[in-house]
Amino acid sequence: MDNTDELKFQDFEEVSNLLSFDPNAPTVAVSDSLASLSGEEDVKLDLNEDEEGLENSKLLGENPTGGFWTFDYYQSFFNVETAQVMDRLKGSVMPIPGRNFVKYYLRNKPDLYGPFWICVTLVFSVAISGNLSTFLSQFGDQTYHYRPQFHRVTIAAIVIFMYASLVPLCAWGFLTWRRGPEGHMGCYTFLETVCVYGYSLFIFIPTSLLWIIPLEWLRWLLILVSTVVSGSVLVFTFLPVVRDHTKVTAATTLLTILVLHSLLAIGCKMYFFHTAVHMATPATTTLPMMTTQVTQAH
Amino acid sequence: VVLLHLKVTASGLPKLRAFLGLSDVSISEDIPVEGDISMPPTSSSQDDGFSTLDEPVKDTVLRDLKAVGNKFVHVLYPKKSKALLRDWDLWGPLLLCVTLALLLQGGSVDSKDDGGPQFAEVFVIIWFGSLIITLNSKLLGGTISFFQSLCVLGYCIMPLTVAMVVCRIVLLGGSGTVSFVVRLVVVCASFGWSTFASTAFLADSQPQNRKALVVYPVFLFYFVIGWMILTFAPAQ
Repeated sequence: MDNTDELKFQDFEEVSNLLSFDPNAPTVAVSDSLASLSGEEDVKLDLNEDEEGLENSKLLGENPTGGFWTFDYYQSFFNVETAQVMDRLKGSVMPIPGRNFVKYYLRNKPDLYGPFWICVTLVFSVAISGNLSTFLSQFGDQTYHYRPQFHRVTIAAIVIFMYASLVPLCAWGFLTWRRGPEGHMGCYTFLETVCVYGYSLFIFIPTSLLWIIPLEWLRWLLILVSTVVSGSVLVFTFLPVVRDHTKVTAATTLLTILVLHSLLAIGCKMYFFHTAVHMATPATTTLPMMTTQVTQAH
Repeated sequence: VVLLHLKVTASGLPKLRAFLGLSDVSISEDIPVEGDISMPPTSSSQDDGFSTLDEPVKDTVLRDLKAVGNKFVHVLYPKKSKALLRDWDLWGPLLLCVTLALLLQGGSVDSKDDGGPQFAEVFVIIWFGSLIITLNSKLLGGTISFFQSLCVLGYCIMPLTVAMVVCRIVLLGGSGTVSFVVRLVVVCASFGWSTFASTAFLADSQPQNRKALVVYPVFLFYFVIGWMILTFAPAQ
């Protein structure tokens, strides 16, 4: 019996002795009150942090509900409706000087649906239109054999997705670094920057479809129009942010954004929409090869 | 079966109660604190009372083939039935994807760079595309499950695979303008059929104000596959 008691309640005897000494257990009460006090303080601190967090997120426009490894975190970026997406698309093709895309259309609810599917559509529209324009430019040529040129899809995808993710990253990083100690007033979150860039690429989709028409002056006109429209969306968005900087910095920043954007447009046009001159060279090189084979056969 | 046996002696009971802070709670000293914690026996691995392990292999294979064939019929007549959704499987999509990728080979082999999609490219586009669309519809709050959506998207490639077979037969007769027009009509019809069949299954799982957001990627997916089929140029 003693052995079993020792075995079973050896650890608890001291505690039970203490408690049986004073069954009211003032120690427990004190610890309870202490616990309640610290609990309340902790709760107050938590509330403050929560309130601060809410204010921060309202200013920065994000409402993530969980860590970045949960599905819900990413679901919060797809919380849009058809009407909202249509509105944002309309706003990206009609830039009005007073309207800031982020403040007017996004309204602290940036989404990833628009930028992602606009980039995917742009990849395929550029590749397909390029293929069609090459085919049309060689239409009368009897030696031309149609090729699908599927590798262009891969190249277009790499270029466009890198542009749509790296350039906003650089822009956001630069603006965040330069904003100084004024706090988080007026600077956009990374997601909003990606969103603006993604929606600004939308005008290039109909432009790339119109590039099929084989008129050089029309193609350059289209590049001009689309770069102006989409560039002005970006400029109007970033103008309030760079207003506090020095004039030189502000001008350089906006100019860099515009130059990168037009480089993308011109690069796409030059690579995917070859003129007839470039495509003639493979045909001329195959002819000497054929003649040499004929001479060798004899 | 897990068994936990608790037995408290009569002398130990007040100590236990004091330790647990139950000193002021009135517990009758007569109730022995003794019990068993046991887990219920786990359900056997046999479904519905019969074992599929002992049947001949022919039966197993035929049953799966019948299920796949049943789903093909459902795609051909896309009524709102639950068969595709409830008993999803990925055999059909795999079969269709491999068939389509094989049929898209043997194109113009003059220059490797300017040719059509390679086998791996077709495979990646179909499976990666289905995955992206499924993720998209899940992120937009769809109620359809992940593999059900993959299953629906894969089975609805069937009209396009049929169009590919028809195109290759038409191309055997020549590749002039007439054959192009015929191929264009066939591919357009099957593209419309695929999109309609898959939206009949997928669009129901979305709230009303997001249906277009889910349907557009499906449209783009089948459009790209249709484009690959239409631009298939045979070797000369």
